[in-house]
Amino acid sequence: MTTLHDDISDAGPGVGPGDVPLRRITFSVNGARTVAEVEPRLLLAHLLRRGLGLTGTHMGCDTTNCGACTVLVDGATVKSCTMLAVQADGHEITTVEGLATASELHPLQEGFKEAHGLQCGFCTPGMMLAAKALLDRNPDPTEEDVRWALSGNLCRCTGYQNIVKSVLWAAEKLGASSAGKTPDGGASSAGKTPDGGASSAGQTPDGGASSAGQTPDGGASSAGQTPDGGASSAGQTPDGGGEA
Amino acid sequence: MTQALDEIKIGGLGASRKRVEDNRFIRGKGNYLDDVVLPGMLHMEILRSPLAHARIKSIDTSRAWQIPGVHLVMTGEMMATRNLAWMPTLSYDTQAVLATDKVRFQGQEVACVIADDPYIAKDACEAIDVEYEALPVIVNPGQARAEGAPVIRDDKENQADNLIFTWEVGDAEGTERAFAQADVVSRLRLHYPRSHPSPIECCGSVADFNRATDKLTVYMTTQAPHIIRAAVALVAELPEHMIRIVSPDIGGGFGNKVPVYPGYVCSILASILLERPVKWIEDKSGNLISTGFARDIYLDGEMALRRDGKILAVRLRTESDHGAFFSDAQPSKFKIGLLHSAFACYDIPYAHLSNRGYYTNKAPGGVAYRCSFRVTEAMFFQERMMQAAAADLGMDQAEFRRINFVRDDDFPHRTPFGFLTDSGQYAACLDVGLQAVGYHDFLRQKEAAKARGRLLGIGISTMTEPLGAGNSREYDILGIKMFDSAEIRVHMTGKAMVRTGARGQGQGHETTWAQIVSHELGIPADDIVVEEGDTDTAPFGMGTYASRSTPVAGAAVAMAARKIRAKARRLAAHLLEVSEEDVEWELGRFYVRSAPGRGVTIQECAMAAYSNMPDGMEPGLQNQSFYDPPNLTWPFACYIVTVEVDPASGVWDVTNMVAVDDCGVRINPMIVEGQIMGGLTEAYAMANMQFITFDAEGNCVGSNYMDYLLPTAWETPGYELHSEVMTPCPHHPIGAKGVGECAAVGGPAAFVNAVMDAISDTGVRNIDMPLLPDRVWEALTYRRDVSGAPPVRSDE
Repeated sequence: MTTLHDDISDAGPGVGPGDVPLRRITFSVNGARTVAEVEPRLLLAHLLRRGLGLTGTHMGCDTTNCGACTVLVDGATVKSCTMLAVQADGHEITTVEGLATASELHPLQEGFKEAHGLQCGFCTPGMMLAAKALLDRNPDPTEEDVRWALSGNLCRCTGYQNIVKSVLWAAEKLGASSAGKTPDGGASSAGKTPDGGASSAGQTPDGGASSAGQTPDGGASSAGQTPDGGASSAGQTPDGGGEA
Repeated sequence: MTQALDEIKIGGLGASRKRVEDNRFIRGKGNYLDDVVLPGMLHMEILRSPLAHARIKSIDTSRAWQIPGVHLVMTGEMMATRNLAWMPTLSYDTQAVLATDKVRFQGQEVACVIADDPYIAKDACEAIDVEYEALPVIVNPGQARAEGAPVIRDDKENQADNLIFTWEVGDAEGTERAFAQADVVSRLRLHYPRSHPSPIECCGSVADFNRATDKLTVYMTTQAPHIIRAAVALVAELPEHMIRIVSPDIGGGFGNKVPVYPGYVCSILASILLERPVKWIEDKSGNLISTGFARDIYLDGEMALRRDGKILAVRLRTESDHGAFFSDAQPSKFKIGLLHSAFACYDIPYAHLSNRGYYTNKAPGGVAYRCSFRVTEAMFFQERMMQAAAADLGMDQAEFRRINFVRDDDFPHRTPFGFLTDSGQYAACLDVGLQAVGYHDFLRQKEAAKARGRLLGIGISTMTEPLGAGNSREYDILGIKMFDSAEIRVHMTGKAMVRTGARGQGQGHETTWAQIVSHELGIPADDIVVEEGDTDTAPFGMGTYASRSTPVAGAAVAMAARKIRAKARRLAAHLLEVSEEDVEWELGRFYVRSAPGRGVTIQECAMAAYSNMPDGMEPGLQNQSFYDPPNLTWPFACYIVTVEVDPASGVWDVTNMVAVDDCGVRINPMIVEGQIMGGLTEAYAMANMQFITFDAEGNCVGSNYMDYLLPTAWETPGYELHSEVMTPCPHHPIGAKGVGECAAVGGPAAFVNAVMDAISDTGVRNIDMPLLPDRVWEALTYRRDVSGAPPVRSDE
């Protein structure tokens, strides 16, 4: 399959606006081999949304903070607003449209509905993909693991408690969770930020370093704060490029 | 004899029914604004002002026009030739669409470009050369009223200064007398900072003018599509019947998507000029620096107290900062919203409030961010004042609240500011909260911890707030009365469709409206589809904000269903061959009173409406209701937070959070709890980290998510919710009250009170929100109040 990005289709084959040569890339999206000619500056999120019509990947902030555009690249979470489409060449992309099979929802999709893990639904695709990356590497997460894994994704509606429940529901459905790990939904905040280190980093308003605390995958400052070790934060930026 | 229907099983009132809208959202198949793609569609980008106050000396667009793929470059001058450079606001002011004479806040819209692709449009915006002459900048009311201050709105005739309005309410003389008799006068001054609702989805529109039909269709991120249709008719001078506003799925609103923004107007004009669809999608910085802010009000209050703890009177002097254009989205009679709903849950004989509103060089504010028109400011100040007064009296803060509560048998109760509260069990809610948090145990732990140098604190916030405007006697926006509407069609097979004038943004209307119909008619909720947001098909309504959907549109759904049931009763009598008086109703079924085994279902009545109606009866089974509520609804909430403050860093952690909400009858308890948890998180955000301010040059600090911190799953505390106390609304058809914003309104004071309690030994009276670690540290270290008012200090 060849896909020409529709935004440059008027400009004639092979050349983008300003006579910039287009780049041909080959990658897989939700298991389907895809060829596209793209402007070098085109963001992956825009290729998915406009070029391929996969509008389940949402654009929230354009700055790698909100996580609404989270997709999986070779199984690891990437904020697709901060990855160029050309960087997808040779890689496997999974979007929300790739979660369900023709006949069956993914347990995360079921979990989000069962546990009321969404309201407006805008952050939901990114949340589910971040959660999938977690469950793929850690099938038996604690509440704390889930909260950390989702801390690069913002939700304004739910307050997260039901999102955490949704993910734990899915973990259980996937048969990975042992008895006693069922989310209780109680007031379990005490001890969630064991030494206050992570939250305090996120609370300084305009210091340059502080923003890293809000996007744990974004910088060195988050390393070591990861409950399950530094591997997860590193794993979230597979190509290391473009992260703010 | 047939078995009566189980209301919970059919998804009626009280069922925690799973949401129907989730089916598309979990598949990534929602239809949000940016998902709307029309043939031949062009893309628009906006050029914004980098300066907060400056005269525009020249705008040169020639380089932008040269870029291949650019179709149109618009400036204020061009808008002015079509009388569209300015538009009316929701508060009887005017607002610039594209700046002509000068820019008045950073991020103001100066020009826009329409091109084949958004990347090209952005390139072209950067190719527009604007020459500015900087002017002195005003970022707070103190600067605005200072002698010799530059007049921001020199475009307005008779505007010699920066004062927008003065407003007062209450009994000034009675309040004065009460203060003269007080044993103790308690005083508190604070700034409720600007806050941005910041839904994850930004604003946008796709305007599609069709010259062949003269019809204008606008897909738009709006919480109130019918108000927008009226506004477009007035602003663009287009006939209202030729305007169709479609509000598709909305990625969060929280009040941010109520106003009319310049981007909408520009996309509409561009589509008319180019006769092609034009899409505008705002970026996050554009959203944060230019669209509806909330709060930004300076409150100075005094409370007259008797030694035994009885409150004799309250006096409030306030100043509000509205930004460069007075575009508050609020009922027209109330210039500073419902700020005078403060202290409504307490029995206080006298009160007086005065407010002065000012223009500043900031984006226009005053939207109701998860709030009924300044109710958040009212309840925050109320509960901060209650804590300060209890401390001044040396009384227990819970007991001080209890002895001043309006008692259960005192309803209806007229507040000193004139509201009529109608129901509640305030003390019972407080008791549930105190019990759940282990109040007295915690006080002992706190003392013990103090001995070891640890700072624990507990904060209480109790409040009743007015939700669900109107009634129409008192509440209107631009003269349009604040009622709402619903239309129900029952098809011949007994399936139904509901449309309302509201527009959900995550509240689950598609699920809950069906539950109301199910409760009233016995039709299973799964047999009912709900549609909102298209002005061509939905009945006229005022939209969804201020927690008004269930109180007003939800009531309209119930009333429309009752009209349908009344007609179905006549059909049942006809089918059963008895007189109407002999027909009884149970859920889903009419039966003969003397022979309960003889009956017909609502579905059989529906079929008869199309196939076997009695002579003289109009066919069909369809009705509508325009519902004008007799009063607001008055939910009550008690929020209690415990924290530990780290004295070395000023960081505070929430150790427990208990929420007791009495919001009347809960249609879908699962959804109600979701709303409460979302509101609590926004409360935590405002109290803890959501920081947006301005420096002395009017630069917005907090113009992106790296500076404007929203809590993630990591920081957000867990919540313990309680629903033991339930007081039905006496006037709502199904006894429901509003709930969507209670937690965001009442919550912030609970968090702040907890921190202030933890550091009470310092004698510090106030730290302005957000309670950032450096502010708490400053208060602890220097034992002084900490102001957060702009301009932000240069070392911050």
